[in-house]
Amino acid sequence: MEKPNLSYICSMSGGNKEFEQKLIQIIKNEFPTEKKKYLNYLKVGDYKRAAEKVHKIKHKISILGLAKSYRLTVNYENNLIDNKTVGQKDFEDVLQIITDFLETL
Amino acid sequence: MNSIIIDDEATARAIISQLCTNITELTVLEEFPNAIQAIKYINQNDVDLIFLDIHMPDFTGFDFIDSLKNPPKIILTTSDSNFAIQAFEYDCIVDYLIKPVGLDRFMKAIEKAKSIKSAIKVKTASGKVETSSGNDLYVNIDRRLIKIDVTSIYLVEAKGDYIHVKTENKNYTVHSSLKKIEEKLPGNLFLKVHRSYIINVDKIIDIEDNSVLIKKDVIPVSRSKRPELMKRLNLL
Repeated sequence: MEKPNLSYICSMSGGNKEFEQKLIQIIKNEFPTEKKKYLNYLKVGDYKRAAEKVHKIKHKISILGLAKSYRLTVNYENNLIDNKTVGQKDFEDVLQIITDFLETL
Repeated sequence: MNSIIIDDEATARAIISQLCTNITELTVLEEFPNAIQAIKYINQNDVDLIFLDIHMPDFTGFDFIDSLKNPPKIILTTSDSNFAIQAFEYDCIVDYLIKPVGLDRFMKAIEKAKSIKSAIKVKTASGKVETSSGNDLYVNIDRRLIKIDVTSIYLVEAKGDYIHVKTENKNYTVHSSLKKIEEKLPGNLFLKVHRSYIINVDKIIDIEDNSVLIKKDVIPVSRSKRPELMKRLNLL
């Protein structure tokens, strides 16, 4: 499985370490909320709203340089829009990888 | 250029805001987590450019654009490339950035926005009423495009196939419709108060029952338009 990295954040920050830390903190705050909401929507069978949360999480997957995970997330989002949960396990593995990575920052 | 950022994702707002710090002539006035909050702000402030997310719950980026009478320039920021064709059906959309946005691509979008700002837009196909950047409106009279300062207009009246445009200094009769000129006038300044009249709200002298006095003209106000008019007034 690929590993998250901070390449994008470092490239767009222009070397501004203070901003890098600020952005990481925003992601650390926002990601768990999005993940929780996604899981709740999935639990109640609201796949449309679950797809909306996957869409938001997709941006963070991309920010963290997870190119393959991004592609499988795009497919999963489309499946949810079609009321299907194909790809759920792979997507939730990605969520766990990000959760673990953010804890190290 | 004064800009605002509309995105329900805090991470995305922070990234765009940081990218904006690379452009000296760009000021980020405000950031909004939803488009509804932004509408009120736009009606009260001069905004030249909006960074707008498409996917937002309840009220999408496209809903937002559709709700604006005279949208400023807009750069869409989205994780979804599927809306590109739809996006460019809107004249106000300058560029379409896929998240996460890199600095080089961002700079290109800003260059586009700057170049459009300085260009005079003349739509010749339908065009009896044309707009330029800023506060000018061009009207076609006897094959001449005559420039009118929009802020000097206090009243537009429909008369059959023509409209009378009344300004501080001069009146013009133009072969056009109220609907066409309404699209060109800034929504924060002008209001259609009756099916035959658009008024400049700033020029109102007084209001009585179902009419307004504007300069020396007494203009009827439709019952359906009165609440909107009252909402626009700074009432004590």
